[in-house]
Parts: sequence; structure tokens; C-alpha cells
Amino acid sequence: MSATVENTNAKPAAYSPWLILRRPNLAIGGAIILTLVAIALVSLVWTPLPPAKMQIIHKLKPPLTYGLLGTDQFGRDIASMLMVGAWNSLSTAAVAVALGGSLGTALGVLAAARRGLTEAFVMRANDVIFAVPPILSAMMLGALMGSGRFTAIIAIAVFMVPVFARVTASAAQQIWSRDYVLAARGAGKGPFLITVEHVLPNISSQIIVQATIQLGLAILTEAGLSFLGLGMPPPAPTWGRMLGDAQTYLALAPWLAILPGLAIALTVFGFNMLGDGLRDLLDPREKGRM
Amino acid sequence: MLTLVARRLASLLLTLAAVSALIFVVMDVLPGDPAAIMLGTSASPDTLAALRHELGLDQPLPVRYFLWLGGMVTGDLGTSYTYGVPVAGLIAERLTVTLPLAMMAILISVAIAIPLGVASAAKRNSGFDYLAGVLSQLFIAVPGFWVALLLILGFSISLGWMPAGGFPGWEAGMLAGLKALLLPAVALALPQAGVLTRVTRSSVLEVLHEDFVRTARAKGLPRRAALWRHAVPNALVPVITILGLQFTFLIAGAILIENVFNLPGLGRLAYQALTQRDVIVMQDVVLFFAGLVIVMNFLVDLSYLVLDPRLRGRGQ
Repeated sequence: MSATVENTNAKPAAYSPWLILRRPNLAIGGAIILTLVAIALVSLVWTPLPPAKMQIIHKLKPPLTYGLLGTDQFGRDIASMLMVGAWNSLSTAAVAVALGGSLGTALGVLAAARRGLTEAFVMRANDVIFAVPPILSAMMLGALMGSGRFTAIIAIAVFMVPVFARVTASAAQQIWSRDYVLAARGAGKGPFLITVEHVLPNISSQIIVQATIQLGLAILTEAGLSFLGLGMPPPAPTWGRMLGDAQTYLALAPWLAILPGLAIALTVFGFNMLGDGLRDLLDPREKGRM
Repeated sequence: MLTLVARRLASLLLTLAAVSALIFVVMDVLPGDPAAIMLGTSASPDTLAALRHELGLDQPLPVRYFLWLGGMVTGDLGTSYTYGVPVAGLIAERLTVTLPLAMMAILISVAIAIPLGVASAAKRNSGFDYLAGVLSQLFIAVPGFWVALLLILGFSISLGWMPAGGFPGWEAGMLAGLKALLLPAVALALPQAGVLTRVTRSSVLEVLHEDFVRTARAKGLPRRAALWRHAVPNALVPVITILGLQFTFLIAGAILIENVFNLPGLGRLAYQALTQRDVIVMQDVVLFFAGLVIVMNFLVDLSYLVLDPRLRGRGQ
């Protein structure tokens, strides 16, 4: 880590929109996520059919025979449900990552700025929280206050806190050992100002990369929670619950089990690719690493 | 060396105590009276008071916590409200499913990830490397419970080779038991294998640049021998770290997979406890899982000392 590139201000020779094609991860991931976000946004104003509209006469129709992607056991349009499901999954994951990410980042920079007991306490607390997977905390919270979107968001967000705290703490510590931070301290700036003016801007790329990758993980977790019936309650369609319902009709209507799973996998794949691509773009030193 | 182990052990106990306190306080602070939840809305105040007394809920929080903790140490985890049996026995019984399932999943994921990761590092930037990269990204992206559904669709419904779920019990014979666990273990293993492949690849790549690998090559060792004899063993330390860190996700995956395959394991127990509002079982199972994760990470820490003798001198 020592003798690395110092010339961080040097810009690449020329910017061209085509440069993105040299970074296949970024291009593929970005395209997938942009498409999904677009679909999710469109679902707010338009879907082929109302996603909750039941048409029992048209139940369990395979794709292309009724509607684009067929119908479920109540004759609801799968394509419409998947579209609204995209919005439900993405928005739940985004809120959870935003909540957990900002709290975790705050704790991480605090640990780096204060060191000593504060750091030890924050890091120990992280170990404690990290030991309880979000599925379990969601079950625990669900047992007491009932399950639903709020419980799911809290459970995912809580698990994100130690993840972000660890990443930011170690990144921030590196910044704290830089000469310009020493200079800022010499100029009389306090830890808070240094954190806001020097540490946060310099670790922002790591935080963005982390947030992208964690969004994928949050989507997976949300799907798992919904699958168990711990996510948004019906009739709001979620990818996870669509899979849960599909299990009953596995032999009869396999497409019900295939399509929502593909949607989840594609989204997580998109976020992971985008995260990898962003890491290569923003932090070339980390290229090829996990 | 001993002081190092002792220090880690102390930190382990501290973390366990903190987790138990956290779980206890969360269950306590959150709205919802366990006794009322268990009895439902139609319970009379007298029955409610009786159950609260039986559960010890009428005592102050610290007293209850230490009673619970004392019970943990002596193996008395309380009595399940719905099953009417001691929770400790219930957990032990369910472990005979979850533990073999987790072990099989770890074995399968390692069996996929290490050869794939090592080979793709050895043939860096080749077509194979690229393919392995895409494959591991796909493994990471697919939800395990979806893989489970696809496996049931393929191997149980279409081909009829495997049971679609359920567990015959170990009384039915080792083979029948293992057969019932095979598909769930594969579903649980694939996401892990994806992560491990990537870690193995990057770790081997890093080690391949080390001096000792060059020395091994210089003294005339063939490339393959230098790779397997010198590079791979040294590259395994980070792989084991990730294996330990991934344990949380393995547990989370097991809860889902057990529910897909209807396996009577700990994850299924937790889910049933949730639907039956059996707060005592819930609390104990969550602590048990969390404790398992913490102990696992402790063991991973210790394994460094065995695997990497250079670390033994530290901390003295």
C-alpha cells in the first residue's frame, strides 16, 4: 500500500463516452440497473394490467398465451407484478442501504477520528451486530412487532451498519495518516472539520462502491424475507413472495418460479457488476481485488 | 502463543455476553408482551398473569437476564410454549439436520471453489478465467432459495431422482438421510462457491508473485508443482477467513433452504417459532445462531495460528 500512485489529481488524457465500452463490467452493470430502475419507475404510472387484478378464468396461463409473461394462480398478470415488484424491491433495498450506510459511515469515520476506546467500542459492537444475520433479526423483530416492510428495512439496515463502519473506518484511517491531514491539523482544524473537509471526500468512492454492492445484497435479503412472508404484506407484489407462492404450483406452472428468480438474479448481478466497474473506475489500485 | 489464545478467548466471551444482552434487551424493549403474544387476544387477565409469573416476566430486567444467562450456562434454555418440551432438547434434535447440511454445503462449495479459483488464477486472462469469473458472479447473484426451487423442478419433478423435500430421519439410514440433504446442500453451497472462487483466485494471484514461488520455480520445480505445493497452501489463509465470515450468510441461507425443502432443522424451528409466536424458542434460537457465528469466527482466528506460524510470535 505504501509506494502507490501519488499523482491523484492527474486526469485521464481525454474523456470520451466510448471509454465506457472498455469497461465491460461498468457498461453491463449500468445498463442492467438503468433498465430496472426505468421499469420500476414506469410501474408507478403504468403496468399492462393492474397487478392485483384477479381473473380466475385466466389463471395459470403460460407466458405469451395470456399477457406477455403469463398469469399466476389467481389469474394476475405476471409481467405487471414483476414490474411493481421491481419498484418494491429496489425502493426497500435503497432505503435500507441509505439508512444503514449513513449510520455505518458515521460510526466508521468517528472510530477513525477518535481512535482508542471509541474505536474499540464501535468495532466490538460491529462484531456483535454482524453475528445476527438479517433474516434472523427480521424474524425476531417480526415475532414481536409483526412483519412488514418497516421490519424488513430495519433488519437489513441494521446489518448494513457494521459492513459500512468497517469499510469506512479502515479507509478513513488511511486518510488520517496523510500529510495534508497533518497540515490541516497544524492549521488548527478540529477532527470534525477534517472529517467533513478531507476524510469524507477522499473516501467517497469507496463508500459509493460499497453501497452499490450492498444494494445487491439488500435485494437478495429482501427477497429472502418476502419469500418467508416477512416482507411487504399482500397484495403488494414482491419478487420474493411470488417465488414463495410459486412453490405450491411448481409442477403445474414452473414459469411462476423461474421468472421472479431471474429478476432477482439479474438485479443482483447488475449491482455487483456495476460495483466492480465503479471500483475499477474510481480506485484503480484495487483492480482485480475482491 | 498461550496469552494470545487467552486474549482471543476473553474477547470471545465478551462478544457472546454482549450478543446475549443485546438480544435480551431488544426482545424486552420492543413493544409486545411475550405472554400476551403467546396467549393471543382472548386470554383472561388471570391466565396472562399466571403465564407472566411462570415465564418470570414479573421480575425486573437484570434479574431475568441473569436467570436466562445462568440457564444458558447450565443448559436449561427454558420450555417451549408450543411444543411443551425443553428448548435445549429441541435445538439439539434440530441440529442433527442443520449441522450436517451446513457441513455438506461447505464441503461442496470448497470442492467447487478451490479448483476453479486456482485454475483461473493459473490461467489468468484466458478464456477459462473469464468464464470462471462470469460463473462465480452468477453463483453470487442467484438467490439460494431460487436455486433450491430450480433443483426441485429439475431433479425431483422432471427427473424424479431426488426427494422434493422432507427428511426421513437418520433412523432411516445414513444414505437416505444424506440423499435428502444433497439438493439442499447444493442450493446452499452455490452462492458460497461463487464468493470463495473469487477470493481463491485473487489470493493465489497475489501469492504467485511472492519470492518463494519464484525460488521454487528457480530451483527447477515445474510450474504445476510450484503452484500446488507452494502457492496454494499459502493462498488459503484469506480463503479460510472468508469462509468464516461467510458463515453468517450460510446460516441465513440455511433458514431459507430448510423452509423450501421442509427440513426439520434449526432454521425451520426458528420459522415455526415465529409463526407460532413462541418467543422463548425464538430468543434461544437467535442466540444460538449468533453464538455459532461468533465461535466460528473465533475458530477461524485460531486457525491462522496453525496455518501461519509467523503470526504466533505476535501479541506476546
